[in-house]
Amino acid sequence: MKAAKFEYLRATTVEQALDALSAPGAACKVMAGSQSLGPMLNLRLARPESIVDVSGIEALRTVVESDKSLRVGAAVTHAEIEDGVFAPLRGHMLQDIAGRIAYRAVRNRGTLGGSLAHADPAADWVLAATALGADIEIVSRSGTRRVAMPAFMQGAYTTGLAADELIAAIHVPRQHAGVRWGYYKFCRKTGEFAEASCSAYFDAEARVARIAVGALDGAPCYLTELAGCVAEQGPQAADRESILAALDAVAPGKDAADRALRATVIERCLHQALGE
Amino acid sequence: MKLTDLPAASAKTQGVGARLLRKEDARHLQGKGNFIGNMSMPGINEVAFLRSPLAHARISGVRIAQQAGPNVFLRESMSDAQDIIADSTLPSYQVSAQPPLAHGKVRYVGEPVAMAFAPTRAEAEDLTELIEVDYDDLPVYVDVGSALAATSNLIHDEWKDNVFVTLSANKEFDELAAQAEVVVTRKISLSRQCMLPMEGMAVMAYWDHQADQLVVYTSTQVPHLIRTGLAQFLGMDQEQIRVISPDVGGGFGYKCILQREELCVAWLAKTYRKPFRYLEDRREHLIAGANTREHHYEMTAYADKNGRLLALDAKVDINGGAYSVWPFTTGLEAGQALGNLPGPYAFKGYRCTTRCVATNKPGFLPYRGVARTGVCFAMELTMDALAREVGRETWEVRLENLVQPEQMPYVNVTNKHFDSGNYPASLRRALEMVDVEAVRQRQKRGEPDGRVIGLGVATYTEQSAHGTSVFAAWGTPVIPGFDQAVVRMTPDAGVELRVGVHSHGQGMETTFAQIVNEILGVDVDRVRMVHGDTGRTPYSTGTYASRSMVMSGGAVSTACKQLLPRLQKIAGHLMATEPGLIRFENGLAIAGDKSIPLAQVANAWYLNPHLLPANVDPAGLEVSVGYKPKTDTGSFSYASQAAVVAVDPGTGSIEILDYVVVEDCGVMINPMVVEGQAIGGIAQGIGTALYEEMPYDEYGQPLASTLADYVMPGATEVPNIRFDHFETPSPHTEFGAKGVGEGGAIAPPAVIFGAVNDALRQFGVEVSQTPLTPHRLMAALEGRHTRGGAAAQAGGAQ
Repeated sequence: MKAAKFEYLRATTVEQALDALSAPGAACKVMAGSQSLGPMLNLRLARPESIVDVSGIEALRTVVESDKSLRVGAAVTHAEIEDGVFAPLRGHMLQDIAGRIAYRAVRNRGTLGGSLAHADPAADWVLAATALGADIEIVSRSGTRRVAMPAFMQGAYTTGLAADELIAAIHVPRQHAGVRWGYYKFCRKTGEFAEASCSAYFDAEARVARIAVGALDGAPCYLTELAGCVAEQGPQAADRESILAALDAVAPGKDAADRALRATVIERCLHQALGE
Repeated sequence: MKLTDLPAASAKTQGVGARLLRKEDARHLQGKGNFIGNMSMPGINEVAFLRSPLAHARISGVRIAQQAGPNVFLRESMSDAQDIIADSTLPSYQVSAQPPLAHGKVRYVGEPVAMAFAPTRAEAEDLTELIEVDYDDLPVYVDVGSALAATSNLIHDEWKDNVFVTLSANKEFDELAAQAEVVVTRKISLSRQCMLPMEGMAVMAYWDHQADQLVVYTSTQVPHLIRTGLAQFLGMDQEQIRVISPDVGGGFGYKCILQREELCVAWLAKTYRKPFRYLEDRREHLIAGANTREHHYEMTAYADKNGRLLALDAKVDINGGAYSVWPFTTGLEAGQALGNLPGPYAFKGYRCTTRCVATNKPGFLPYRGVARTGVCFAMELTMDALAREVGRETWEVRLENLVQPEQMPYVNVTNKHFDSGNYPASLRRALEMVDVEAVRQRQKRGEPDGRVIGLGVATYTEQSAHGTSVFAAWGTPVIPGFDQAVVRMTPDAGVELRVGVHSHGQGMETTFAQIVNEILGVDVDRVRMVHGDTGRTPYSTGTYASRSMVMSGGAVSTACKQLLPRLQKIAGHLMATEPGLIRFENGLAIAGDKSIPLAQVANAWYLNPHLLPANVDPAGLEVSVGYKPKTDTGSFSYASQAAVVAVDPGTGSIEILDYVVVEDCGVMINPMVVEGQAIGGIAQGIGTALYEEMPYDEYGQPLASTLADYVMPGATEVPNIRFDHFETPSPHTEFGAKGVGEGGAIAPPAVIFGAVNDALRQFGVEVSQTPLTPHRLMAALEGRHTRGGAAAQAGGAQ
C-alpha cells in the first residue's frame, strides 16, 4: 500500500515544529523515526494533511544530567542509547532495554519520544518509563508542562498529548548502586512485539518499589501491593499464587495459557531484579 | 548404505557431483538481479486493485465517482476476457469459474473487484478509493463443518453442495482391520498459512509493435503455461503472446498457476497497447494469498500388539477456499493427500476418503511439498501414538513398518512405485547422528534451567518428476509430457542451453552447466542457460513437483550426448584419428597423446567448413531433443529427519537444539545445491510447525494482515542443519538423479511435534495442531490440570 498525499516539513527548531502544529486548520502530525507512523501512513490508517519531521531538531537530541535525574531528549534514538553515545546513560537500565527493542534497523531510527507518543501497549519504552516513574516534558506555544508516566498514557494508542503539543524530553531518575531493577519480556521470535512483559524497580534508599506489567490491553499496570510486600519481605513474597492474584486484579479475564505466561514473566523479572 | 564413496566425484571441481559454488549467486548477492520491480518503461502505468472487504456477499451496486476518469475497470469492462476455468476429469469434481475481477458476488476477503491505473501506484490507489461497492451479506463459511452443512447460499450457486471433489480408496481394509489387537485414533490438523515468497506476484505487460505481440513479464515458475493460459482466456493465438519470467524472488507453488491479476494486466496491455505493471504488496499477499496447508485428519491405525500396522482408516478434509486454480485444480491437493498418506510404510489395508471443501477463503494452492507435508504430519504423529500405545520407542515401531530394502522395487497400497532406496538405514543413520542414547540420558538428568528435552523423528518419500500418466489420472487441463531442451555450441566452443523450465532458486544455471561439463568437457563458465522466455525456449510445463533436474536436466543430458558423435566426427577428421577414440575434457578433444582445443572443432563448423569431413552431420552443432524418463510414475527420493528440542514449560517457547537430515535423492548433481534446497524447505517447514498461521474470525476476516501479526521464522529461529546423504541411483533417469526440491518442507512439522510430544510426555500432554505457538503449548499444559490424568489431546479442532 502507498501513503495518501501529504505535505512534508522538516523542522530545524522546536519553534518551527510548534508553529506547524498550531497553524489554524492544519491536520499536522509529528514524525520522528517513522517506525510506527510510517507503516500507518502506508496502510492509510493515518491520513494527515501534513507532517512535520522533528528528527533533525538538535534541541531534542540532548541528554542532560542533574542531581537526581536525567533529561533525555525526545528525538534520541534507541540505537544511540544502546550504543552508549550519551555518557550519562551508560550502564543505566535504559541502555539494556534499548538494545532489545525490535531490530537494529528499527532502533537506528526509532525515538524515545516517538514511542511514548504512539503509546503501543506492548512498547518497551512505555513499560520502562512506567517502572521508572518517569515524567514526560511536553511543550506547546503556550508553554511547558510535565505529566507523570502512568497518567500520560490513557489507553492503547491514546495519550494526553493535544494536537498542538510536542514531547520535548523524558525525565528519569539517575541510577545509583543501590537500585535493583529487572526487565523481562516474552516474544514469539527475536525482534517481535512482546506478548507479555514486566519491569521492576526497587530503590530502597528512595523508598520506591514498583512492579509494572506491560503488553496488556491498554497502559501498563502497577502491581502495587505485591511490590510493597516484596520490598518489605523479600522476593519470597512473590510466589506463584500471589503473582497470579495480583495479575488477576489488574488484568482480569485472561485465559489460562495467557495467565500462566504472564506469571512466568513476572517471576523471571523479579528474579532478575532481586535474585532468588 | 552409501552406494559407493565416489572418489572421482569428490575430487571433481566441475562435473556431476561437484560442490560447485552457484553462478547465479553473484548477481543476487550484489543486488544486481533483474526483477520486475526494477524494470521501467517509458509511459508505464501502475495498477492497483480494489479488493473485497467481505468474505461472502452479493455485489448489489457499484458507483464510480465522476472525477475517477476512464482508467477504472470492473468485470463488465473486460468483455473480451474469459473467466479462468480449471476443469478436471475426476468423477465428483465440480467446476468453478474464477472471473478476472469479481462479478455478481465476492467469495473471500481480498478478492479483486475493480482495478485502476495511474502513473504511480499511490495515485492508482487514490483512484480505487473513488469506487463505492454495495454488498448484500451472505452466510460466511470459514470452516469445513459449516461449509458442508450448507444447503442454500452455496459458494458456487450452481453446485449441489460446497465440495470441490471427493476421492476414496479402499484396499483390503475390512479384513485386515479385523485382525488388529491395538487400535489408535487421533485428530490432527494444520492451519491455513501463506507462502510469502520474498517477491510477491509481479507482472508487467506491453505491446511490442515490432513483433506485433503482447509481451508479458511475470514472476512465474511456468512461463509456457502462463502463455497458454493467457492465450486461452484472452481469446488470442498462442504465438501472439510472449511470456518472460526474469529473476523471480521465490515461487514455492504460489507462482505455478495463472493468477487473475496476470490476466487483468495482460488484458490492459492488449487493450491499450501500452505498458502496465502490477506489484503485489505484502498486505495483499497476506490477505488474498492465505491459501495453503489447511488440512484436517481423522486417523485410525489398526495394528498388532507390537505396533505392526495392518490397516489405516483416514478421513481427510482440505479447507479448499473459494476457487479451483488453473491449471492444477484443487484436485491435485486431494489426490496427493489420498495417494501419499501411507508414506514409506508397507501396510496393506487402507481406507481413505478425502474431500476438498469450498470455503470463503482464497482458493487453495499447492505449496512446496503439496499435500505431503500434511500427510507426513498426520502419519508420523499416528505412528508416534501407536508406539506409545504399545510401549515401544517411536523409531522401533517405524523401523519395522518401513518398506525394507530387500522389498525394492515396491508397489505400495496406493500404487506408488517406490524405485530404490533403504528407508530403515536412513532412519538408523539419523538416530546415530543425533545420538539417541545421549539424548535419553540428558532427559533423565533434567535441565538446570527447568526446560524439558524431547526427540522426534520422521521418514518420508518424495515423489518427484511424476509424469504423464499420473497427471492424466487427475485429469487436469495441462498434463506434462516430454520436456524439450536445445543445446548449441558456439563458434568458440561455448555452450548455450535453452530450456523450458525456470530456475528461481534451484541453481539450475549451475547444475545444468555441470551436466554439460560432465559430457562435453566444457568449462561451466562457458555454459549459458537461457530460460524463462517463451520466445527463446522450447515448451515445458515448467518448474514444479521437483521435476526440473529429472525432466529438463535429462533433456539437456540427452541432447549433449547426441552432440558427441557430431563433434567426434569433425575432431577425428582434424586430428586424423578414429572418431570413436576421441573424448572431451577440459575444453579439449583428446585421443591418446593427441589433443586439439574444442574451439578448433567448433570453428571448423561455423567459420572454416572447408576443413570439415565429407560426411559431416549437416545438422551441425545444435541439438533439440524431447525427453522423459522410462517410467512415468516418478522417482522417489526419501529421507529421515530427526530433531532435539528444548521446551520451556513456563512460557511455551521451543528451541531446536539439533536438526539432522539423512536424505537420498539418487545421484546428486551438486551436493551443496541439494543441501541448500533442504535447508530452505526446512526453514519453511519450521514456519509451518511453529510460527505461521492466518487465523480468521467468524465473518471470514483474516486477522494477521501485516508481518506484525503473521510471524515467520528468521535467522534466529532456524538452527544449523546437519546432513548425511545416501546416493541410491534411480534406475530410470539420466545420471540416476531424482528430484529433491520439496523434501525439506515435508517433515519438519512431524519431526518437531514428535520431539515436543516426547518432551511433554511426562506431563501427560500431546499436541497435534500447527502451528505450535507458545499459547497453544501453554493451553495444552494448563489443560492437563482441568482434564486430569492420562494423555489428553490438544488441538485438532476444525
